[in-house]
Amino acid sequence: MSRFALIAFFCVAASPAFAADVPHFGAPADPARVKAWDISIAPDGAGLPPGKGSVAEGAQVYAAKCQSCHGPNGEGKPADRLTGGIGSLTSAQPVKTVASYWPYATTLFDYIRRAMPVTAPRSLTDAETYSLVAYILSVDGIVKKNAVLDAKSLPKIKMPNRDGFIDMFNKTAPR
Amino acid sequence: MKKNMSLQTSRRTLLQAGLAGLGVAAAAPAQTANGQPADDYITPAMRTPGRPFTAYGMPASYEAGVKRIVTPPGISPGTGVSRTPLEMLEGIITPSGLHYERHHNGVPDIDPAAHRLAIHGLVKTPLEFSMDALMRYPRISRMHFMECGGNSGANSGPTPSQQTAGGIHGLLSCSEWTGVALGPLLDEAGVMPTGTWLLAESGDAAGLSRSVPLAEAHAQGILALFQNGERLRPEQGYPVRLLMPGWEGNLNIKWLHRLKVTTGPMMTKDETSKYTQLQADGRARQFNFLMPVKSVITRPSGGMTMQGAGYYEISGVAWSGHGAIAKVEVSRDSGATWVAAEMPGPVLPKCLTRFRLPWDWDGKTTVLMSRATDDAGNVQPVRSVWIAQFKPGQGYQNNSIQSWQVGADNSVKNTYV
Repeated sequence: MSRFALIAFFCVAASPAFAADVPHFGAPADPARVKAWDISIAPDGAGLPPGKGSVAEGAQVYAAKCQSCHGPNGEGKPADRLTGGIGSLTSAQPVKTVASYWPYATTLFDYIRRAMPVTAPRSLTDAETYSLVAYILSVDGIVKKNAVLDAKSLPKIKMPNRDGFIDMFNKTAPR
Repeated sequence: MKKNMSLQTSRRTLLQAGLAGLGVAAAAPAQTANGQPADDYITPAMRTPGRPFTAYGMPASYEAGVKRIVTPPGISPGTGVSRTPLEMLEGIITPSGLHYERHHNGVPDIDPAAHRLAIHGLVKTPLEFSMDALMRYPRISRMHFMECGGNSGANSGPTPSQQTAGGIHGLLSCSEWTGVALGPLLDEAGVMPTGTWLLAESGDAAGLSRSVPLAEAHAQGILALFQNGERLRPEQGYPVRLLMPGWEGNLNIKWLHRLKVTTGPMMTKDETSKYTQLQADGRARQFNFLMPVKSVITRPSGGMTMQGAGYYEISGVAWSGHGAIAKVEVSRDSGATWVAAEMPGPVLPKCLTRFRLPWDWDGKTTVLMSRATDDAGNVQPVRSVWIAQFKPGQGYQNNSIQSWQVGADNSVKNTYV
């Protein structure tokens, strides 16, 4: 190895973060873009928008925009079943639904707002989304028939299967 | 010496027979209307100039049957899957047009000039990257399989589904991916110490999002821009997708437009209600990210017709999200004995590995099986052992051994042993 190569070797080995080796081509993010795109809701409710919706309002929105795919009262067919099945997971014929399987109500808000209805995603208002969560969870009594959900009340809902998951990553991760 | 003699003799015999044959042909050539011999073994392809050049080549017209197995769509035209016809392909690379598809609301048409990737959340400087900017970073190329978490779910059913290898296991493909390492981009934004997870989100009509542990995303993540030498196909996430080599397909977010550094998993729909495995005790496995070790014999395989007793090459593919394939054993006698198959190579980590084994079939009904072991020591389980872990009908991450019954009637069928 020549002396030059040796020096070059030590330079690289000693400072892998050489400015010339790590180019920076990112631009400062447009705050308006981030605000418009950041629709994910954390399980503690972080990210939930202002607004509110009731079970009664949700029943109307559901009948108009959801029932054709998810059936009356969220019974499913042709799309996923949303209601019922609570307590069935340990049985021989488990029925996975929003009510019986989903661990967090925040997930329901997040998913409805970003992806439903399938023919017109991102078309529901925040109030409509709150009301749909309220209605769907009311079918099985997870929330009361007179419930009104908002950013404060929605994350407090404890779903029946909240503790039904085993975190395989933390179980197996080398840490 | 004697062997050489007999070889020469037989060569002379053949030569004489050949000359005799030529003599017959020359004695009575059939003529067509334009004076050309009707069958002089000169084909039209030899007499007619071929077609001109094409800007983008396509397979031979005779290969039109080699195509993805498109399942009737679900709730909307763009919701569902198409599978790779594994039994029709060779080697380890899947042609880009035959890569499996799993879309949750269709394939978006994204103009790369307008597309942006944002990195935000728990970072010092929220950043956005144009595709031109991403293309300026140093690139890396890797050959990796991609497998849907729900692949092979048909074998979770109570009776063997009579489909082809691709029909059962075709939510599996393998490509050479080229792109940009994710780690330096996260460093460029400056992840705060509280940032431990990363939410990746697609810019399609499903807004599919998954949470990825930050350390693993930093160390292993690739922002893939190219697939098999050309830019990503729209079906694989054009203009940019997240690639986490060996991790379940769903998490390799296509049409990637947003990465948010968070303090924990966001518990998205696809990491709670889907892509979790309900155990026999009623609890579900979550964040089971790596695709398990697996293999499948693609030739002979379901729906093929044998040609009677005699020589066959058994061939298939093996793969593991945990690393490289260490060995593939094949049983040609319903599991009574197992023989190590040849792996001519390349044998790469988190990549399809081709295996081959010659077989002199006696023509009697038997069952062919393959069992892969990876270099982390994981071994593919038999179906009964795999099934016993879960509730009925649980289809995610089914890596149980595939059994093909080869019948004396020359049929090849999916079977449970």
